[in-house]
Amino acid sequence: MHTLISQFWQLTFSGAVQGLIYVLISLGYTMVYGVLRMINFANSEIFMVGTFATIVMSRDILGHQPNSANLHGFTLLYSMFFCLLASMLASGLTAVVVELVAYRRLRSRGTNRLAPLISAIGISIVLSESVSLLTAGRAVIAPELLHKSSLFTVLGANIRVDQLLVFIVAPIMFFSLQRFVNHTRLGKGIRAVSMNEETAKLMGVNLNRVISITFLIGGLMTGAAAFFFETVYEATKFNIGFNIGIAAFTAAVLGGIGNIRGAFVGGLALGLLETYASAVLGSQWKSITVFVVLVVVLLFRPNGLFGEAIQQTRV
Amino acid sequence: MMSKISSLKNFNLRDKGAAFWAGLNLPQRAIFAVAMIFLAGALPFAGDHSFTNFLNTPISNFADVLVYPVGMFVLMSLGLNIVVGKSGMLDLGYVAFFAIGAYSMAIFGKYTHLNTWEILPIGIGFAMLAGVLLGIPTLRLRGDYLAIVTMGFGEIVRITALNTQKIGGPNGMANVPNPPSIHTPVGQLDFNIMTPNSFYWFVLVLILLTIWMIRRLSVRRPGRAWEAIRQDEDAAELMGVPTLRYKIWSFVLGAGVGGAAGVVYASKTLYVSPEAFTFNISVLILSCIVFGGIGNIWGVVLGGVFLAYLPERIRFISNARQLVFGLTLIVIMNFRPDGILPRKKREKILKSKSEAEVK
Repeated sequence: MHTLISQFWQLTFSGAVQGLIYVLISLGYTMVYGVLRMINFANSEIFMVGTFATIVMSRDILGHQPNSANLHGFTLLYSMFFCLLASMLASGLTAVVVELVAYRRLRSRGTNRLAPLISAIGISIVLSESVSLLTAGRAVIAPELLHKSSLFTVLGANIRVDQLLVFIVAPIMFFSLQRFVNHTRLGKGIRAVSMNEETAKLMGVNLNRVISITFLIGGLMTGAAAFFFETVYEATKFNIGFNIGIAAFTAAVLGGIGNIRGAFVGGLALGLLETYASAVLGSQWKSITVFVVLVVVLLFRPNGLFGEAIQQTRV
Repeated sequence: MMSKISSLKNFNLRDKGAAFWAGLNLPQRAIFAVAMIFLAGALPFAGDHSFTNFLNTPISNFADVLVYPVGMFVLMSLGLNIVVGKSGMLDLGYVAFFAIGAYSMAIFGKYTHLNTWEILPIGIGFAMLAGVLLGIPTLRLRGDYLAIVTMGFGEIVRITALNTQKIGGPNGMANVPNPPSIHTPVGQLDFNIMTPNSFYWFVLVLILLTIWMIRRLSVRRPGRAWEAIRQDEDAAELMGVPTLRYKIWSFVLGAGVGGAAGVVYASKTLYVSPEAFTFNISVLILSCIVFGGIGNIWGVVLGGVFLAYLPERIRFISNARQLVFGLTLIVIMNFRPDGILPRKKREKILKSKSEAEVK
């Protein structure tokens, strides 16, 4: 309890940074859920692919060495940009492939709701096992692009440059996504499909295209999160997606799955909660706190904080 | 090629089997059932004989594989099938009940003088109690929200075990006692590391009891209530089915089966640790159900046997075996989305008729 009070602002800042990473990943869950009413089980592996794409870009293509940080000026800028691009593209493309392989055929046949879930589990096993074979199951260290110096202190909180980057760029990405969904033609298509698939189809929405694009966007956002994750933590492993995927999915449910604004609130809330809980109870209890809060929230608001009533979804 | 695929799609072994069963009279059925049970009981010997040794698992001991994972997975799949298949609630935290059973066995076996047979009902009881405690607040939730809450429960149980030093924390608990021997008319049945066969026969008995329980319940009031809840919960409630009560019942029965599996697991492996109870197990059990044919007992048994056995059988390609497992899931789900042995077609016909009317 003492740590919580004495370091409140520090914890709040790092919690918010963690939360923003969750926000971007949970978009991969919530957008797919919005249009398909299905849990995108492979999203954690899509995240994992993004983290590896970041490393491949900075280490193998741009040739940065693990400890050779101290990039400056233009080199730093284009390195970061290309890593972000690589991560987003790799995750986005993986998401599209996941949809094609695991969901499309089953969706067009309109079978029971669990079959796509299992085939998504299948593809996530395939992805993580392939990467595990390629990396011999070991952790991979990312080159340090951004030296983690603290920039300035606000209210006793050290603001580190990598965290600040996430703190500024992640909300920008989120709000541009929201703008895209609310104000463009494609975004309108996505919203139409999520409201009523049949009617949207009758109104001339190309269903397959909209669903592919939804997966693509969810993947792009998850990929951006993977890049930010690598900037802050600088290591990855074939099974890294699992825990962070559960957390992001929890965030999506907390906010009300299927709801983009809910993902933002849920992700931030989850990041803060986790950080506060580990300060008070010790980090080993943080995931329990998260789940307990989730259960309590769902008991009083069964559709999440911002969710609309999901009618009769069952197996 | 196309015609081959479509004939594969329409082929329903389940209906063929049901027709075969319906054609038998009572003594024939009894003979058939006894023969099948006898065959299943003789399975541990199959690995040693020349004409069946293709079944043998190359690296692990075949009889051990039959106990864990195969027997355990079949037992747990049957238990989870009561929840997911019969009453249509998606439970992603089933491993919690398995863990509770296993830890009950470890704790009571080490700190009291009770033996496995006496702990078995205790373990089942604790698992059922956990089912009630989890069920009462959460079973009002529906669909995917229920899924995530149960998943959270599974993780809570695992992390609590991981962080509680009294029950070993991350190291788990070693030296869990084996079950005591049973004296049978034909001889003494020992339970230790050298006798996987007796564990297998015990699991087989549990599986048969579970199958018998599910079959009995399915044709009585609870089974009909679950069926109604699965098809339309609101309609069931309006027709006077106390839905919450039956949902809790199905949850608790499923939990009890998981607890029984946990007790046997702990007294077979002599060691429990939180690593054995990860979310992956819940997912695997769910995969067994959907893979084999959700809601259909024989499909679930087949799915459990196949998915538990496959990774062990192909252990010689050690690293790639999980990859093959994942590919199998994708391929089978895409070509037989209702599983290998789907449940009765009747419901499907009704569904497609009503869909046709809508269109």
